[in-house]
Amino acid sequence: MFEGPVQDLIEALRRLPGIGQKSAQRLAFHLLKAPADEARALAESILAAKERVAICRECFNVAEGERCRYCLDARRDPALVCVVEEPADIIAVERTQEFRGRYHVLGGHISPIDGVGPDDLRIRELLARVERGELKEVIVATNPTVEGEATAIYLANLLKPLGARVTRIASGIPVGGDLEYADEVTLGRALEGRREI
Amino acid sequence: MALYKEQGIVLRTMRLGEADRIVTLLTQGSGKVRAVAKGVRKTKSRFGGRLEPFTHVDLLLYRGRELDIVTQVEIITSHRAIREDYARFAAGEVVLEAADRVAQERERSVRLFMLALGALRALAGGDGDPAVIADGFLLRLASLAGFRPSLSACAACGRPGPHARFSISQGGLVCEKCRTGGAVRVGEGTVPYLAGLLQEGPLPGAPREGRREGSGLVRAYVEYHFDRPLRAWAHVPR
Repeated sequence: MFEGPVQDLIEALRRLPGIGQKSAQRLAFHLLKAPADEARALAESILAAKERVAICRECFNVAEGERCRYCLDARRDPALVCVVEEPADIIAVERTQEFRGRYHVLGGHISPIDGVGPDDLRIRELLARVERGELKEVIVATNPTVEGEATAIYLANLLKPLGARVTRIASGIPVGGDLEYADEVTLGRALEGRREI
Repeated sequence: MALYKEQGIVLRTMRLGEADRIVTLLTQGSGKVRAVAKGVRKTKSRFGGRLEPFTHVDLLLYRGRELDIVTQVEIITSHRAIREDYARFAAGEVVLEAADRVAQERERSVRLFMLALGALRALAGGDGDPAVIADGFLLRLASLAGFRPSLSACAACGRPGPHARFSISQGGLVCEKCRTGGAVRVGEGTVPYLAGLLQEGPLPGAPREGRREGSGLVRAYVEYHFDRPLRAWAHVPR
């Protein structure tokens, strides 16, 4: 046990995800040794992020201001929307450089076992976007887990009657993977979703 | 025996650290087991989609102090149809949640395992109503845990029925003499509905009379006797 501010810092760091007692100590002493500027910059960026970052009122991504950069970008196709579970998933899709539409962040997936139903996600807001006739195609990019799939099916049942085209990202063998090690669910899906070359 | 073989059903998964998951399994021989699947969230994980909920798997596990470690998994049945239909999925979640509540860690219960597997098979296989299958599973699970409701004789004094009132806390139908404040008068089709769920054989999936009230009673009964709310129940389309 340390005293005063050092112990307070360790305690504060320990509350972060994935940080235990030892890592917290290591980080605390690193910060103590580092120049004062560096520590101040870190403290300020945490505060700035907390104060300035809001939720985009259109797509519910994190944003600086009322709308996020993707919703403000006029070059992006407003009729094409990619539905994801969390803001971090947007980064993954963006890294592909294959997608030029906009996003919709659900804020999780349907998981009855955890008491999370459709009403706890931003599904109503997505429905409103489709009903306003803004969207031609909805790409459902929830995780290919059981809960992500169930969410995708729920969305498809809801949105298709409204006349929107609803598509699901493909799933299959990862590039650089090995068929021998593929599980039968994944390989089955890959065969089902095969395409002509 | 640090390494051991088991077959089990994946009940739920929880993220752990960067790329791992803690998987809760209902096994045939070792009861409930919690095990770490390392790297399972990476796209190139050798576990792939084998450790998703509802999957019936063959496992090789390394025994740890608190958490075991999954070393190999093979799918026996993926129960894929449950993943592809929303009503089946929601009913399946009821089965997993209730099984998780009742199972004890490292305590063998082949009957519980078979009951849960039977429910998943019924959900994945037939065209039965998922909500009815979940009801049947819950009531049979309560019976297995020692809370089989009395559906003809009075639950308190044993006087032969039929009786008109059902008491959740007293454990089934009660006669006019024994009934306490909580006993409710049940509709005509309700008791046959409940009795049908408990009949020997595969879980029934046909919708029938008395289902509305019966279904609500099953939920209240199970929640009372397991002393916990069932979160998934309300999400099953009925």
